[in-house]
Amino acid sequence: MITVEHLTKRYGDFTAVNDLSFEIEDGHVYGFLGPNGAGKSTTMNIMTGCLSATEGHIRIDGYDIFEEPDCAKKLMGYLPEQPPLYMNETSLEYLKFVGEAKGVKGRELDRQIESVISQTRLEDVKDRLISNLSKGYRQRVGIAQALLGNPGVIILDEPTVGLDPIQIIEIRDLIKQLGQKHTVILSSHILSEVQTICEKVLIIDKGKLVAFDKPENLEKLLMVSNAVSFIAEAETDEINEVMEELEAVADWQMKTQENGSVRVDVKIEFGEVSDVCRHIFFAFAQRKKALLELSSKKANLEDVFLELTESGVDTASVDNGGKTDKSDTELTENNNVEWMERQVDNR
Amino acid sequence: MTAVLKHELRNYFHSLTAYVFGAFLLAFVGIGAMLYNIQAAVSNFEFVLSFGCLVFVFIVPILTMRVIAEERKQRTDQLLYALPITTTQVIIGKYLALLAVYLIPMCLICLYPLIFSQYGDVYLLTSYGSILAFFIMGAALIALGVFISSLTDNQGFAAGIGIAVILLNYYSVRLSEYVSSTAVGSAVALCVLILILGAVVRHLTKNNSFAYIVSFALIAGVVIAYIVDATKFEGLLPGIMAKLSLFERFYSFVNGIFDMTSIVYYITVAVFFLFLSVQSMEKRRYN
Repeated sequence: MITVEHLTKRYGDFTAVNDLSFEIEDGHVYGFLGPNGAGKSTTMNIMTGCLSATEGHIRIDGYDIFEEPDCAKKLMGYLPEQPPLYMNETSLEYLKFVGEAKGVKGRELDRQIESVISQTRLEDVKDRLISNLSKGYRQRVGIAQALLGNPGVIILDEPTVGLDPIQIIEIRDLIKQLGQKHTVILSSHILSEVQTICEKVLIIDKGKLVAFDKPENLEKLLMVSNAVSFIAEAETDEINEVMEELEAVADWQMKTQENGSVRVDVKIEFGEVSDVCRHIFFAFAQRKKALLELSSKKANLEDVFLELTESGVDTASVDNGGKTDKSDTELTENNNVEWMERQVDNR
Repeated sequence: MTAVLKHELRNYFHSLTAYVFGAFLLAFVGIGAMLYNIQAAVSNFEFVLSFGCLVFVFIVPILTMRVIAEERKQRTDQLLYALPITTTQVIIGKYLALLAVYLIPMCLICLYPLIFSQYGDVYLLTSYGSILAFFIMGAALIALGVFISSLTDNQGFAAGIGIAVILLNYYSVRLSEYVSSTAVGSAVALCVLILILGAVVRHLTKNNSFAYIVSFALIAGVVIAYIVDATKFEGLLPGIMAKLSLFERFYSFVNGIFDMTSIVYYITVAVFFLFLSVQSMEKRRYN
């Protein structure tokens, strides 16, 4: 079990982690979620003893990471954001070094190396130089390294960043497998990833914990404020008229599209979504106006995330000082991944 | 520690570093042996070593430049921090591996006096005494190289600074003849040195007030000492420069004196710089 108490990390005036407290129980897969620069990596680095904290305590099974680092570190395997690999070695040599440094010796070491190699499916490349391996394989060597010494907790910092969609699926499957035997903590800024792999999610924003719950429960948080969106071939006046008739509607936004139709996003305050949909349908039918699209939206983790991190992407891009492009591409990357996943599933 | 040691050794022998280092050292000492022992027919092997110690200026930085700088660049230092071993163990492991790489050509050099003794009268005691001193001096320089490598993540930069520092140390006695030996000159130079020290302290601790307090306290001490007794400052600067030279101390071994204080000095220098390297690595954890 890991206990984090009032963890604070300051770099000069900048506070990277701000009074963070949480408990992690054995045997689950935990997800650290947050926009870029939220303090995920910093927290993980402190938890694994790579970085000092300004204030606060971290205990792993009762061992304080700052006071008894040797005992605490033996209970954890860590894969930093950039896998720490020696490029001029083969995977086997590398794993041998890490195993020895973790205090595993002789036959036990050989046995463990064999087992992590088969777990991470590295058999074919174990004698190749790491510099010649693809990014996906390097990531797996990194995970294999974290598994050596059989630690109870595996901490993975953005394990799927920079991988192609098929590699991502493989790594996710591997993480799910690991979750059966170890406690896994992984960080990510990709929501769908956390949603599919993790049993519990910690959302961090600006170094603060904003939510800690199961993904389903987090979605339920926003279930109440459901939304409907539709595209109608009508004048904005008419749409306003229809909307005003509906008491359940809290707010709506309109956007005229190129072909003259109007896209409307409606926020519903109370009542059934289906009632609202029905009303909209008949209202436009009466006026002999066509509805091109009508759909109800359920809140997903993404909405929860945006809500909790205060209009997320905007603040995140401001924090990063003009890195908006990056988060955009990441979003599309994410969509591609989902699309690829579906393709793979279909096969 | 043994894991780090083994890992480093494998690394040196997989890459060219160990071979280049050994080849340069042997080539230089070999040329020296040819010039002094064979051509000039001098039977003292010590002279060869006093000629050979110039090679340290180039080969020590080549050997040590990547030792920590490369870990930082490749981000493998994160692994070292996360492993259940202390930074001290990491540095000692790395240092022992460097010494092992250095010891191999030294073993070959140990054969030279034996070979020469077959053809003439070689005084083996001074020969092996100075070989030992040569080894320990090199070990102190390697510790300095490790520290310089721990300051940066750029190998080339580490090598450049290493060459400059060792070269300066090599010539410091000759340079000391040109610096001012008057009391005022020495006092001013001391103050400048203190300010540089203050800047280093500030860089390492990121603590402005601490650095200012240290530098001003030291400068005040110098000023007070100067007012009390100015004669003490005469010739102080050249004296300090000569005392700091690692190479100057080696020449007493060449002249046939096995000076224990110098051995202690070399070992102190090595331990001091290894300690600083550990601090420099630990500092990364606290930045």
